[in-house]
Amino acid sequence: MGEKAKGFFVTGDPLIYGADVSIIITLLGILIFLTYFKKWGWLWREWLTTVDHKKIGIMYLVSSLLMLFRGGVDALLMRMQLAMPNTHFLQSQHYNEIFTTHGTIMILFMAMPFMFALFNIVIPLQIGARDVAYPFLNAMSFWLFFFGALLFNLSFVIGGSPDAGWLSYPPLSELAGSPGPGQNFYIWGIQISGIGSLATGINFLVTILKMRAPGMKLMQMPLFTWSVLSSCITIIFAFPVLTVTLALLFVDRFFGAHIFTATGGGNPMMYVNLIWMWGHPEVYIVVLPAFGIYSEIVSTFSKKKIFGYKSMVFSMMIISVLGYFTWVHHFFTMGAGADVNTFFAITTMAIGIPTGVKIFNWLFTMFRGRITMTQPMLWTLAFIPCFLVGGATGVMLAAAPADYQYHNSYFLIAHFHQTLIGGVVFGYLAGLYYWWPKMFGFKLNDRIGKWAFWTWNIGFYVCFMPQYALGFMGMTRRVYTYGWDMGWAPYNMVSTVGAFLMGIGFVFQVWQILYSIKHGERDLTGDPWNGRTLEWSILSPAPHYNFAHLPAVKSDDAWWDMKNHRYGAAVQDNIKEYTPIHMPKNSGIPFLMSACWFVAGFGLTFEWIWMGVAGLAGVGICLLARSFQRNTDYYIPVDEIKRTEASLGRVV
Amino acid sequence: MGSHENHGSAKTYILGFLFSLLLTAIPLWLVIQHVMNKTALTVSILLIAVLQLIIQFFFFMHIREGEKPRFHVMALVLGAVMVFTIVAGSIWIMTFNSQVH
Repeated sequence: MGEKAKGFFVTGDPLIYGADVSIIITLLGILIFLTYFKKWGWLWREWLTTVDHKKIGIMYLVSSLLMLFRGGVDALLMRMQLAMPNTHFLQSQHYNEIFTTHGTIMILFMAMPFMFALFNIVIPLQIGARDVAYPFLNAMSFWLFFFGALLFNLSFVIGGSPDAGWLSYPPLSELAGSPGPGQNFYIWGIQISGIGSLATGINFLVTILKMRAPGMKLMQMPLFTWSVLSSCITIIFAFPVLTVTLALLFVDRFFGAHIFTATGGGNPMMYVNLIWMWGHPEVYIVVLPAFGIYSEIVSTFSKKKIFGYKSMVFSMMIISVLGYFTWVHHFFTMGAGADVNTFFAITTMAIGIPTGVKIFNWLFTMFRGRITMTQPMLWTLAFIPCFLVGGATGVMLAAAPADYQYHNSYFLIAHFHQTLIGGVVFGYLAGLYYWWPKMFGFKLNDRIGKWAFWTWNIGFYVCFMPQYALGFMGMTRRVYTYGWDMGWAPYNMVSTVGAFLMGIGFVFQVWQILYSIKHGERDLTGDPWNGRTLEWSILSPAPHYNFAHLPAVKSDDAWWDMKNHRYGAAVQDNIKEYTPIHMPKNSGIPFLMSACWFVAGFGLTFEWIWMGVAGLAGVGICLLARSFQRNTDYYIPVDEIKRTEASLGRVV
Repeated sequence: MGSHENHGSAKTYILGFLFSLLLTAIPLWLVIQHVMNKTALTVSILLIAVLQLIIQFFFFMHIREGEKPRFHVMALVLGAVMVFTIVAGSIWIMTFNSQVH
């Protein structure tokens, strides 16, 4: 291997060589499979060029589960390193890289796409629409995310991973602190997928405001739809800040500017200020849809209308705006002064109020409800106490003077994992179990699911409760090893055991999915949970035009009322003539344009200007090609609708 | 969809594009050529930024169109609050304790 190649490929670590081998074997396996079974055309026509929100949702879901695996392996490697004092399993540099990629991947490449998966799969069905407002842009968003994530993940075998923490504070993330390409991978991976995230925010905001079924007023929308609306508003205001901040960091690194350097008139603290203006709203972006999911599930499985619908709506909207006014609580210790810290401590505590309102509403919905203990309900019930403790420790951290003690300790680590796992991941998993039959037409196995649930949950508390104690004992985040004299060893060992329990829970879930593909209970009605909202009024999986007739909505919990008062298009005695359905055509441009972004990002990462320019030129050509396309839509003829509905067992 | 008849013509788009290019070039030139002192430069750049915003609103975002201007007003008010938070908040935070010293 030549000198140049040595710098290009990451060498010297047996773990990385193992990864190299497994990546090559997996790639070869996929290539051979696709060629042998002649699936290339199918892959292109059905998936790579699709603009169908349901298929895009499934692609988001698969990607996010893969990223959950990668981020989870990072977490287990860290926990193995920390299980015992003075371990030499990972070197300090490797440990830095792993905690950086763990954080970035889990938030930006796991939580975000998992959330977008649920947006895509559920929102158009729930509001009675046939697709999103901008289907082409939707495909664009997915592929930008996909190639951004690919670029980021490539760093650990090519060029070297970023190692400056998940938010990459300067001066460490500046050229002087991180000279290699790792930090550029971070910038471009996030920038490229960030364009997609912003576009998704705009897309779903417009979809919800403009594409609701006839008659559905804003205050009749399901709460998940409201939660997505509030999350999208936050995306639209927060993501541009991230893009600008990282662009400024790139200007520093690439052009040698001094915006965030400690010398030459720059100020690294401005970066901290800016990045948290995105970073804090970001946690509300991911948790608000989870709140929406819990609301749907609690109401469905308690067989009751949600308690306090209006207060739910208002609290979510308040959170989405107030979430923008709390960012300084991430750096109380920067020393911005007592008045600044006081203001942001108060806003932070205030945001607990609407959240508390929601918790009470869920409890009151369950009160005297006829509760069925399905898997989505189990995860929802597990969420409530977990998030409550996470919220309480959050209020402890919000007390600015006390924060000087907790700041960047394991107490903080335990707190945000409790809100992000207990709130966000539990929520998305609950949503996954809830809407899985709608996506694939079968339920996930209950018995294996319960094993997964209990190992996840017990594992969670075993993993993170000791970390609160470790924080109080003085263990700070991002230390790669410690001595016996600190007295941290037993707690760390327990925490590692918990982390592996959660890993086993994930394995159970993979097994559960594989098992259920073959043996899962088929959903023949389209309404396996006796649901309340419109997505359950059509068959599972939904036909690609979703609704043969657009439903006419007259109340909230529209499908529940249709079933019980028998109004609306879905009821058989009210069949109207079919009319041709207007649908968007598939397009290869989102895939190609995002691939060009990838080329540009890769070139700029290694500062190969020719490659960056070529990639960006490709992006420009794709944009031009699209703007001259006129033939972008078609009509599904009535015959085909009739045939599809009949084949799905609906009376025509 | 029939009610949205006017989405601007090629002429307004090209005009808007030229304006926004011009309003990007001017501050760059001001900075590179060092034509003003620091305060004047900051004020000029801010003014040009506001002009740029107005250009974007009128030429690309169709601020005058739509059957429900109420939505525009709501979005703009929220946007203004956010921008105020970002700018004033950052200034306040980044003055660091100077009031104590």
